[in-house]
Amino acid sequence: MSDLVPQSQLTRKDFVSNQDVRWCPGCGDYAILNTVQKFLPTLGIPKERIVWVSGIGCSSRFPYYLETYGFHTIHGRAPAIATGLRAANPELSLWLVTGDGDGLSIGGNHLLHCLRRNVDLRILMFNNRIYGLTKGQYSPTSEQGKITKSSPQGTADHPVDPATFALGCGGTFVARSIDVAAAHLTSVLERAAAHRGTAFVEIFQNCSVFNDGAFDSFTDKSLAAERQLHVQHGAPLRYGKNGELGVRLNPRILALEVIRPGQDGTTDADVLIHDETNQTIAHLLTHMPFAEFPVALGVLYAVERPTYDQGIAQQLETANGPRDLDQLLRGTSPWTVL
Amino acid sequence: MNEPTTDRTSVQPQSTVMRRSGAVVRFAGDSGDGMQITGDQFTTSTALAGNDLATLPDYPAEIRAPAGTLYGVSGFQIRFGSSDVFTPGDSPDVLVAMNPAALRTNLRDLIPGGLLVVNTGAFTQANLDKAGYTSNPLEDGSLAGWNLVALDITKLTLTAVRTVALSTKEAGRCKNFWTLGLMLWVFSRTLDSSIEWIEARFKRRADFAQANILALRAGYAYGETTEFSHVRYEVPPAKVAPGLYRSISGNTALAYGLIAAAQVAGRKLVLGSYPITPATDILHELSKHKALGVVTLQAEDEIAAICSAIGASFGGAIGVTSTSGPGMALKTEALGLAVSTELPLVVLNVQRGGPSTGLPTKTEQADLLQAVHGRNGETPVCVLAASTPANCFEVAYEAVSIALTHMTPVIVLSDGYLANGAEPWRIPSTAELPPIARRELPPVEGFRAFERDPETLARHWVAPGTPGYEHRIGGLEKDATTGHISYDPVNHEKMIHLRAEKVARIARGLPPAKVCVGADQGRLLVVGWGSTYGSIHEAVRRCSQDGLSVSHLHLTHIHPFPPGLGALLQRFERILVPELNLGQLSQLLRSEFLVPTRNFNKVQGKPFHVEELVSAIRTELEN
Repeated sequence: MSDLVPQSQLTRKDFVSNQDVRWCPGCGDYAILNTVQKFLPTLGIPKERIVWVSGIGCSSRFPYYLETYGFHTIHGRAPAIATGLRAANPELSLWLVTGDGDGLSIGGNHLLHCLRRNVDLRILMFNNRIYGLTKGQYSPTSEQGKITKSSPQGTADHPVDPATFALGCGGTFVARSIDVAAAHLTSVLERAAAHRGTAFVEIFQNCSVFNDGAFDSFTDKSLAAERQLHVQHGAPLRYGKNGELGVRLNPRILALEVIRPGQDGTTDADVLIHDETNQTIAHLLTHMPFAEFPVALGVLYAVERPTYDQGIAQQLETANGPRDLDQLLRGTSPWTVL
Repeated sequence: MNEPTTDRTSVQPQSTVMRRSGAVVRFAGDSGDGMQITGDQFTTSTALAGNDLATLPDYPAEIRAPAGTLYGVSGFQIRFGSSDVFTPGDSPDVLVAMNPAALRTNLRDLIPGGLLVVNTGAFTQANLDKAGYTSNPLEDGSLAGWNLVALDITKLTLTAVRTVALSTKEAGRCKNFWTLGLMLWVFSRTLDSSIEWIEARFKRRADFAQANILALRAGYAYGETTEFSHVRYEVPPAKVAPGLYRSISGNTALAYGLIAAAQVAGRKLVLGSYPITPATDILHELSKHKALGVVTLQAEDEIAAICSAIGASFGGAIGVTSTSGPGMALKTEALGLAVSTELPLVVLNVQRGGPSTGLPTKTEQADLLQAVHGRNGETPVCVLAASTPANCFEVAYEAVSIALTHMTPVIVLSDGYLANGAEPWRIPSTAELPPIARRELPPVEGFRAFERDPETLARHWVAPGTPGYEHRIGGLEKDATTGHISYDPVNHEKMIHLRAEKVARIARGLPPAKVCVGADQGRLLVVGWGSTYGSIHEAVRRCSQDGLSVSHLHLTHIHPFPPGLGALLQRFERILVPELNLGQLSQLLRSEFLVPTRNFNKVQGKPFHVEELVSAIRTELEN
């Protein structure tokens, strides 16, 4: 994208569409929308080159509220539609909004293939661990045993962790943030926007009607310092009110451990330095059992790998075969009838 | 086409070279015997000799079926003639059977007295057992009704290529070219095109090229020097329109039609597809033409295939997806999205036998009602049906043109018979192709995504990247004026009518319904659609020449129907609708025009025989 718009020219207002926002009062989606609308002008990309694609669900209403091009598609299929759109036009800045049900239940297959292909697009998965638009059934990220209208005795399903899934699918960029953490979310979006390939961002999003407080155990202000681990490439994995806690790697059993450097014979040097290019560490970070460990947030994994779009473009350039229509239609052995 | 002349019947053993108006030849052998190559090469030399022709391969669903089994038999049928040929023929005049299984599965089709060439080298006890023969048909007199020529082709081939250092297995593989050589002699053809092909094919294996050419020449020479001298035919060239020709199969023609339309429209062609028999060759063919800017995505499933095509269309490209019946079922929901968002899209359904997995390699016309009606909601799409392999080109081209002009998905129905069948095609020059208009964008000020052209009712197609026209579309109901989400009941009904009317208005640009054989009124009208064209056409012509009052109407445009169809149907006393289903077009005609159609149906995974239709027509006219 060569002809970028000077950042000062566009403001939040330019990205606000004329549609009434129809989420429930108190929904975490409002906060995300607000952050995104403030963030988009900073990209310096002309509005017409930005496209938001979504599936079905509360989160998937997102494109209607942004004054860019947008496509509200069908349940679970947004990654497939975005892949085709990308193939048609590699110049666009492509963003996809999905939810835990849309992306990991009905659309799990498409998400898998989008991630492994490394299609150049940014996926924001609003994870509220519930089905909102259908009024409160359990989702594939709901905790096992969750009682909902469709699981009065609690679910028998073991949940999937979105970030772990994305890593397992061969995703090249995996990050996490929180709906109301505007500054943190903005920094993650900046990294996602700069990534070439599929950038997968899980956003913990509160559903105030059907699953209120689902993430309070680590998003509540009073608990945040003790329960959130904000990762930074090259920085030690420390958290706690004064950074008194740390995470170290126990190489003997290839597992992470929480330590208090300076206690039990541990030192600052024992704290693991975050390396976002290390997939094994990223996997361990997404997998930390909660409460015993904090929730890892930020860019957990980011590597460069050729994108699907680059592969397609390269093949178009280097392909053999007929180069004009007449040559194609004639084929190799035509005959003439006089 | 083979007119019902006396020379078509059997092989007479007295004359040296007999002139025939046409012939049907079938090559049948084990999957590994190379019968498709033999058939293709025989076809090329036939085309070069100036005959009109039609071909149909028939291969097993199994990839590597065990050698010698009945289900491992692979066949290739060609019909050629000195006048128009419409079908690959009902029954072969000549059958080449390379093993007992091929003989057993094909003999029942060979005309009485027909020439039967059998490779005795493959008639071992083991092969006879596999084919289920309790006695050797070569010895038990059961082949007395045919003109049997029993040759040890395996041994004759090995002898012919013995000067080339090959293993016995490799040498034995040349027997398909020995057989080809013999048949080329029988039909007074030259070896030139086959030698050229062998040389090109085995450019890097001079020994294989040499052996195959030796085998080819030996087969030809065998005809010249042995008892074969009593059966040799000459089929004079057909009178066909002057021009440049090539042979083309239905699937290739579909692919070319799409490419041609994309070039003329100046749009990128994006195919999203998932492999499925018998549509996969469309994906294969289009994947070869990236140099022409064609993008092909092999999607993770049928749903992703159509969704990627829809995404491409949203992006300003021509989105296409190709599939067959079971895949079509999976695409249904996404097709509704394309209807709701009014995006151009082409869906190719190469029909096969259903329901479910059904008969993957066999032909059927049972997806018609699915194409016309098979979606949730009032969800109209345009439906076209190709009638011959070469016609697939025109229909695919027209499908793109309609999709772009009317901003609608278009379903193209082909089937297994058209997909693999081939016929000569007069190659159009680019200049002959009808233009595909590109609409001017409306003024930016006050642009609304669902603003419509007053004539076609098509909305504007503005791809992302176009400054000033930023808009959102989706599968929720839209306000007819603003295009914003609307749950208003009256607006919903208005939109339902608008979408239906938009598709109905496609008919305004279509040529009026017209019979292709016979008078435009009379006692009996035979109405067909799709791949039954050749059989119906020939049957109606034959009956018409016999003085019967019968006409043929063949529909390419199923939804909407062409203008004037209702009035035309009313001008006939009876309407007969032959279909390879249980009467789906018939049902549409009845409900649309309140006409008492009569059904003639066959659902065996095979095309109609001309004879079957001739007798159905006679029965209608007699009762």
